[in-house]
Amino acid sequence: MIRLSQVTKSFGSNHVLRGVDLHVPKGQSMVVIGGSGTGKSVLIKCVLGLVTPDSGTITVDGQDVTKVPRDAFLSRFGMLFQGGALFDSLPVWQNVAFRLLRGRLKRPKAEARDIAIAKLRRVGLGADVADRLPAELSGGMQKRVGLARAIAAEPEIIFFDEPTTGLDPIMSGVINALIREIVTEMGATAVTITHDMSSVRAIADRVAMIHGGKVRWTGPIADMDASDDPYLDQFIHGRAEGPIETLR
Amino acid sequence: MMRALASLGAAVLAGLAGLGRILIFTGQLLSHLARPPFYPREFGQALVQIGYNSLPVVGLTALFTGGALALQIYAGGARFSAEAVVPQIVAIGMVRELGPVLVGLMIAARVTSSIAAEIATMRVTEQIDALVTLSTHPMKYLTLPRVLAATLAMPLLVGVGDIIGIMGGYIVGTERLGFNAATYLKNTADFLELRDIISSLTKGAAFGFIAALMGCYYGMTSERGAMGVGRATKGSVVAAAVLILAANLILTEAFFSV
Repeated sequence: MIRLSQVTKSFGSNHVLRGVDLHVPKGQSMVVIGGSGTGKSVLIKCVLGLVTPDSGTITVDGQDVTKVPRDAFLSRFGMLFQGGALFDSLPVWQNVAFRLLRGRLKRPKAEARDIAIAKLRRVGLGADVADRLPAELSGGMQKRVGLARAIAAEPEIIFFDEPTTGLDPIMSGVINALIREIVTEMGATAVTITHDMSSVRAIADRVAMIHGGKVRWTGPIADMDASDDPYLDQFIHGRAEGPIETLR
Repeated sequence: MMRALASLGAAVLAGLAGLGRILIFTGQLLSHLARPPFYPREFGQALVQIGYNSLPVVGLTALFTGGALALQIYAGGARFSAEAVVPQIVAIGMVRELGPVLVGLMIAARVTSSIAAEIATMRVTEQIDALVTLSTHPMKYLTLPRVLAATLAMPLLVGVGDIIGIMGGYIVGTERLGFNAATYLKNTADFLELRDIISSLTKGAAFGFIAALMGCYYGMTSERGAMGVGRATKGSVVAAAVLILAANLILTEAFFSV
């Protein structure tokens, strides 16, 4: 479904992606892991066109993402941003129904509000939250609203960027479980960026590890623990010693 | 010596590159003017925030300036027995110059800074990226409504500022300097020409465009972090103020060149 071939991206002298090859099959939940600053977020931003790769090709269903009509292309995606990225000036329900209030997916206001409240319920939030502003919510609630917004238009592909960053372990578990349930229930293709191993185990069908600007290892989650890759082994066990250089 | 020249050259090149980026940004903005979708709700909100909510600060600025101008002209005119020209000079000074320029600078301080800080914060917190993923063009949704609203609201603000400024002069003139109220108003009305009013409103539109454009440009191109937001805000106000004063000179030359 999503295929990246030899994708490179540099920011000045910082070569973030050095030839990434990755295939995300339809209906699968791919989790991309790797240390901070290894280009995981840049990778999904390249797919969405938020960042333009320097070279390489990215296709979705065989179509080059740079050559498809933008609106139609983006309407297939939902994305949960690391910090939620909720619009401060809009109440929660308008954040969730943003796509349903304008553009090609526009619905009547009342219908959009009903859908937003249903999606809020799906992520465990009551209708009383609908008219609050994002600033009035806790971090965990903001993530849930972000999740509701990502699924509001029932996209085929959902990206989750660090979905549990900044949350306590219990809330992280709740968000992980929600993501897994929603992805399974919607039959969506999902790509999750994280370095939280509990998220990996809860969400992934397949795992890809990025290191040194390339995909170091990829395979089914079941094979991850038995892999003999020393980089992956060091990362998933959180060891300071190993081939991945760490600063002390 | 060579090092100083190199620094000067680098500064000039950086300035030209910045100007080029602003021109490209303006071109992109204008290219969206006639292409749907449009966001009337965002335009309405911007109109209220930029226009209506700026009325108190514009009114107070104009009132105090008009009053002070009357006192200055009276004191200066007394040196060559020309105290009687206070109403005429206050009117021409406010309408041709001080009204549009002061309102423009107040809007640069109040609106440009607010737009730049808001959009820069949206950029830093990935809200701009979120807009794109939600199939919404940031230029259309954020920039166009604000620039359009400022361009349309500013002539009205300047008009209000001109009237209140003249009233400030009138209050000081009649209450403090002993002018006859009816004569003051008659002299003001007789002396002003249609060209003065048109120039004032045209300057208002141009300054509104510049003020909002700079806020949006610096916000959209902000660097990451709190420092990036701070720099964007400061840069936007400085650029807007300088460009407003430069545009004022050009427009004054265009309207009143002898």
